[in-house]
Amino acid sequence: MAGFVKLIDTAVPLPTENIDTDQIIPARFLKATDKKGFGDNVFRDWRYNKDGSVNEDFVLNNPTYKGSILVAGDNFGCGSSREHAAWAIDGYGFKVVISSFFADIFKGNALNNGILPIQVTPEYLLPLIKLIQENPETKLTVDLENQLLSTPIGDASFEINSYKKICLTNGYDDIDFLISKKKEIELFEINN
Amino acid sequence: MGKTLFDKVWDAHVVDTIKNGPQILYIDKHLIHEVTSPQAFNELKERNIPFARPDKTVATADHNTPTVDQHLPVKDELSRNQLAQLTANCKENNITLYGLGHKYNGIVHVMSPELGITQPGMTMVCGDSHTSTHGAFGTIAFGIGTSQVAQVFASQCLLLEKPKSLRVNVNGKLKKGVLPKDVILYIIAKLGTNSGTGYFCEYAGNVFEEMSMEGRMTVCNMSIEMGARGGMVAPDETTFEYVKGREYAPQGEEFENKVAHWKTLPSDVDAVFDKEYSFDAEDIEPMLTYGTNPGMGIKISENVPSENNASFEKSLNYMALEKGQSMIGKPINYVFIGSCTNSRIEDFRVAADYVKGKQKAQNVTAWLVPGSQQVATQIEEEGLKTIFEEAGFELRQPGCSACLAMNDDKIPVGEYCVSTSNRNFEGRQGPGSRTILASPLTAAAVAVEGKIINFVNHLN
Repeated sequence: MAGFVKLIDTAVPLPTENIDTDQIIPARFLKATDKKGFGDNVFRDWRYNKDGSVNEDFVLNNPTYKGSILVAGDNFGCGSSREHAAWAIDGYGFKVVISSFFADIFKGNALNNGILPIQVTPEYLLPLIKLIQENPETKLTVDLENQLLSTPIGDASFEINSYKKICLTNGYDDIDFLISKKKEIELFEINN
Repeated sequence: MGKTLFDKVWDAHVVDTIKNGPQILYIDKHLIHEVTSPQAFNELKERNIPFARPDKTVATADHNTPTVDQHLPVKDELSRNQLAQLTANCKENNITLYGLGHKYNGIVHVMSPELGITQPGMTMVCGDSHTSTHGAFGTIAFGIGTSQVAQVFASQCLLLEKPKSLRVNVNGKLKKGVLPKDVILYIIAKLGTNSGTGYFCEYAGNVFEEMSMEGRMTVCNMSIEMGARGGMVAPDETTFEYVKGREYAPQGEEFENKVAHWKTLPSDVDAVFDKEYSFDAEDIEPMLTYGTNPGMGIKISENVPSENNASFEKSLNYMALEKGQSMIGKPINYVFIGSCTNSRIEDFRVAADYVKGKQKAQNVTAWLVPGSQQVATQIEEEGLKTIFEEAGFELRQPGCSACLAMNDDKIPVGEYCVSTSNRNFEGRQGPGSRTILASPLTAAAVAVEGKIINFVNHLN
């Protein structure tokens, strides 16, 4: 997992609320046994029409909007625990997701895959989405060290667990840490 | 200040607390299945990390399995490969697997309780968000992502921040025709899909106290649909009676000792919850969903609400429903009774009781998918199979089936399905399918009528 420091990029607006993990990656694409290739099917049923043709109305099919930041409606990532949703977001090339609310499991899965979920207030999110829709070239600055999102709307500070921040900045994961605690774990097993 | 049920179980499993960081939580039981485990096994292999506790890990094949001709090789190559990989991974790491064809095979959240693997006071995880089901036993049980599956493989622990506590009380007498599924759909409709995010929920009140274990499992199962990582019901005599004598349950004196401990787990009377809600049982009716998330539910006698909001309108447009319309009389061509929410014996008993002596409507395809081989056997032994077959229902083999349509059990484009499963997301039951969540009794009544009816007056 690559470390994350600072990112300046344009963003893709997707204002739909309650985007669930079945929309991010439908269940029929969960048959792979590795983490690769999920990006090709991210938002599959919104990107393509029922007859398989490209849905020109969907934002990911609009070349005007691009960048590694996804700005999405409230309660992003609700539903199943499938980490395939994080692999799909990552595989497509998004490094940051901004929303006014994230579902628990998705948030954890994102962080475990080097994707930064940034929670902002609805009062910040809605004008930001409108701004990006009207000015697709708008640049957003994500500064993880200072936990600051800077856009023409203004600066917004965001929360991140201090342990997770260290992991994300350095590209560490929880496995190494847990294995380093082997003695404590074994002691717990003996006493319980 | 007293402790909650959740506090008691959580605190007893904390190995260590990281300064300004998460806690290390010990996991008693890890359930795995074919879809969310292969990448975790690969991770360990690539990093040359040994599997910590295969003896605390149990596997089943459920998400991807066919529900017909299970004795034949699985037709779909990708599914077959995923199942073969689970078998190989379990063999290599000495993990007990109840694979396809095994007498204990079934949906992970049906198989584990019925074998007595799930016990009060435990911590349990699985790479599946409906792991919350096991909270019915007074267990801390929650869904995890595949990175976390790998963490548990490597250490039998997880790094977590302790969630906040929420209690939902339902007191009073449930009306005729109202099942546990209606109770939880009602709660989610009232509280919305994200009110529980960051919380662990305890369900309390006489309605849950009087519920069977199957009913409590249905309720806890859908905790995640209001965002809560898990839901719990305090263990009591109903719980102990259910666990007693099952395959993996403690026996004899050990069982009695466990029960004595389990009796100490319920929340103390002076325990304080971060958030609390209370509802009257009398206000609950059979429920239906009309939209594309489980919070979009109404009483069967109510009309679709009117909201002026783009996401709401997108949802109604997908469902081809109008603001303010009644759902009664809507023709329905597909009915699905199954999933980890409602595929236990009690669900089939209630459906059979309604269906007995009646016929399925001609326009309806009605799939009944038991949650496990044991449930399937019980359906046959109790004579329910005959009732269903005489009524024209199709009894299939166990698995997750049309709940998420990873196998061939898909609802066609544009068709409505009245389903006892847990999610009505766009395309959940197949691309373009339209899901209406309901109880097994409502589903049975719709299958008989071929349309949505308010069946309450038809009950004996």
